[in-house]
Amino acid sequence: MPIVYIPPLLRELAHGQDTLTVPGKTVGQVVEALEQSYPGIKARLCDGDSLRPGLALVVDTEVSRQGLRHPLTDRSEVHFLPQVSGG
Amino acid sequence: MTAAYKVIGTRPIRHDGVDKVTGRALYGADIQMAGLLHGRILRSPLAHARIRKIDASKALALPGVEAVVTSADLPDPGNKVAELGEGAINLHHLSSNTLARGKVLYKGQAMTAVAATSAHIAEEACKLIAVEYEPLPPVIDVLAAMKESAPLLHDDLFTESLGKPASKPSNVAKHFQFKLGDVEKAFKSAAVVIEREFHTATVHQGYIEPHNATALWNADGTVTIWCSTQGAFTVRAQVAELLHLPVSRIKVVPMEIGGGFGGKIRVYLEPVAAALSRKTGKPVKLTMSRAEVFEGTGPTPGSYIKVKMGADASGRLTAAQAYLAYEAGAFPGSPVGPGAMCIFACYDIPNVLVDGYDVVVNKPATSAYRAPGATNAAFASETVVDEICEKLKIDPLDFRVKNGAREGTRRADGPVYPRIGMIETVKAAKKHPHYTAPLTTSPPHHLKRGRGVASGFWFNIGLKSSATASVNADGTVNLVEGSTDIGGTRTSLAMQLAEALGITAQEVKPSVADTDAVGYNDVTGGSRVTFATGWAAYEAGQDIKRQMIDRAATIWEVQPDDVSYEAGVLQCKKDMSKRFSFKELAGKLHETGGTIVGRASVDPTGVGGGFATHIVDVEVDVETGKVSILRYTAVQDVGKAIHPSYVEGQMQGGAAQGIGWALNEEYRYNEKGEMTNASFLDYRMPTCLDLPMIDTVLVEVPNPGHPYGVRGVGEVPIVPPPAAVANAIYRAIGVRLLELPMSPGRVLKAIMAT
Repeated sequence: MPIVYIPPLLRELAHGQDTLTVPGKTVGQVVEALEQSYPGIKARLCDGDSLRPGLALVVDTEVSRQGLRHPLTDRSEVHFLPQVSGG
Repeated sequence: MTAAYKVIGTRPIRHDGVDKVTGRALYGADIQMAGLLHGRILRSPLAHARIRKIDASKALALPGVEAVVTSADLPDPGNKVAELGEGAINLHHLSSNTLARGKVLYKGQAMTAVAATSAHIAEEACKLIAVEYEPLPPVIDVLAAMKESAPLLHDDLFTESLGKPASKPSNVAKHFQFKLGDVEKAFKSAAVVIEREFHTATVHQGYIEPHNATALWNADGTVTIWCSTQGAFTVRAQVAELLHLPVSRIKVVPMEIGGGFGGKIRVYLEPVAAALSRKTGKPVKLTMSRAEVFEGTGPTPGSYIKVKMGADASGRLTAAQAYLAYEAGAFPGSPVGPGAMCIFACYDIPNVLVDGYDVVVNKPATSAYRAPGATNAAFASETVVDEICEKLKIDPLDFRVKNGAREGTRRADGPVYPRIGMIETVKAAKKHPHYTAPLTTSPPHHLKRGRGVASGFWFNIGLKSSATASVNADGTVNLVEGSTDIGGTRTSLAMQLAEALGITAQEVKPSVADTDAVGYNDVTGGSRVTFATGWAAYEAGQDIKRQMIDRAATIWEVQPDDVSYEAGVLQCKKDMSKRFSFKELAGKLHETGGTIVGRASVDPTGVGGGFATHIVDVEVDVETGKVSILRYTAVQDVGKAIHPSYVEGQMQGGAAQGIGWALNEEYRYNEKGEMTNASFLDYRMPTCLDLPMIDTVLVEVPNPGHPYGVRGVGEVPIVPPPAAVANAIYRAIGVRLLELPMSPGRVLKAIMAT
């Protein structure tokens, strides 16, 4: 199952855990599954059907271009990070 | 992908070179047209105030004045947040920064704008506009702004974080945190622990060309904008949002650009020029003076950073902790997030805690500046690393080999690195003759010399690009792309297309098109163009190849699978005597079905981050505090260098800017929040007289995620210089400077304090 790295400021909601193995074939499904176990977590990560503005999704080593629709494998790592632009 | 390239890695003359050196290249300020009006902006003289009243009646009565606009002429977007390519933008903040709404939040903020028949009349008219302010106390220091007692810039700004929502407004707009392992436990068992505090000043990108925009609001409701911008499509999107227009009614024509470095992504003049043109029915041109560029655009933030790092006796880093507070300026959005992600990114450290804070202050709203956020962060962490090396008596480059990040290292913010080149850059620096060249003190006793090193990292980005390429009958190819050319990219894109087709770079004619003439392209920024738009050019080339193969098959009456395409030659596999060069087949296209156009639109993954390690020799005059750069070597992991001269140019330019950041550049403010050095006379950037030739070493670790191995190269070279220079100064005079810039006065004060 994919592994979600819980941002430190969200770990209180996730009962202190820094990583969680969560079922889901997409990031959206994983977020829904997290919400089932840890109510309130989805509202911190998402704005409606999208990631919260200013948040970037990194799956394994790549910044995702597909947001919550990003497909996952059983060995995927999911990270929620600040958006990076450039100069 | 073959590693033996015919075009990639060569140094053809740039396609825009002749126009640029003869002065024929057209920049935004060159725009002239019938009926053109000239605009000027009235800017706030105060750093913080409520706007009570604006009376433009006397200005409107001045002969030659044709319109005045204020924020009332721009629709109020509310608190809408839009994704405009590079990231999320709060449109209320963007609109207020374009023309102030309700409050002014920094001296120099645009208040109103005038259009007149001449620039002089527009300037006189601005003086006739009466504005009533209610002054408010400004706060211009990041730590002061974070205090509960600080004047609040925004009553509706609550700290955003992934943690508990904030209950009362604050000047702290955002809080990030990254955590690995247990830093407290690791520090307790470390053999050496160093903790230091650092301050950096607001610094400007210093592009040579000021902002400009000309807009024509046509009678049919369409708007054309000519401007200096890093992204025509983002200008289109921002103007559409700010003026409530569909993007289809806006055309943006990117002119040649005299530098951007991140500072020409946000709009300033474009919506104002459009609003003035709408009111007058005529084209309106606005240009900024240098003082306006300093006071009214987006410098990079000043910051306070505290770093603590620990290592075991063998020199292995065991723990690192950082607190970063960055000044966002008037509106949220400093690059403290990337700064917090980069601060320890060069190293493999098992226990890390990083807290980052985005803080509003009464200064211009900050913008990106080449690896935004990373330079401040590296100044802090690389100085502490140097001190650890000194305490443990370990060579600084050996320390980096021991602790450097590699493929598989987990960054403090979580992701694991793919194939990267940190260790390769360090080893190349260690082998370079500069590192072991003798460094003797000059005969005059007051001149002391020292050598320093530092490393740095930047992510680079991908994002979206489109390109089309059409085959001409003479065998040349027109490449139409939408990435503003800041550093020679139109040639590097032409080279990638040429390589794909097996023709020469000179046989590709690249042009940067407006938003009506090419598919969507994200900004020229984030070191993305050679990577992403290059990929689009490559894919357009593959599209052309497929069609050329089909055409040859048609001519030879065989199947496409029976045609090979290698190195620009098409050959029939069933009858090897049947062959066309690219040029020969191009000459037959019109009579065999028409011209061939290749196209591509990409949003690629596989972006490769970049690492750099720099070596610098300095000479410090202990009587004046002046620091001279004697020798500078920039070593960088550049992926595959498409055009090595342009890669070298990016490295040298980034290093030069980083040296200016290190030694002289800062916004100086008085207690009223007024910048007191808003000119190049007093805002001291390095010139060619200040710097030696900067030596470059291109370490080519190809990015496996790109067809030609491209990594972005333009940003990471600005990251190491301040720390490298600080470490060199320490070795020269035995004093560590923890504040930027390390200007003569500061250096002298530090020497005298010892």
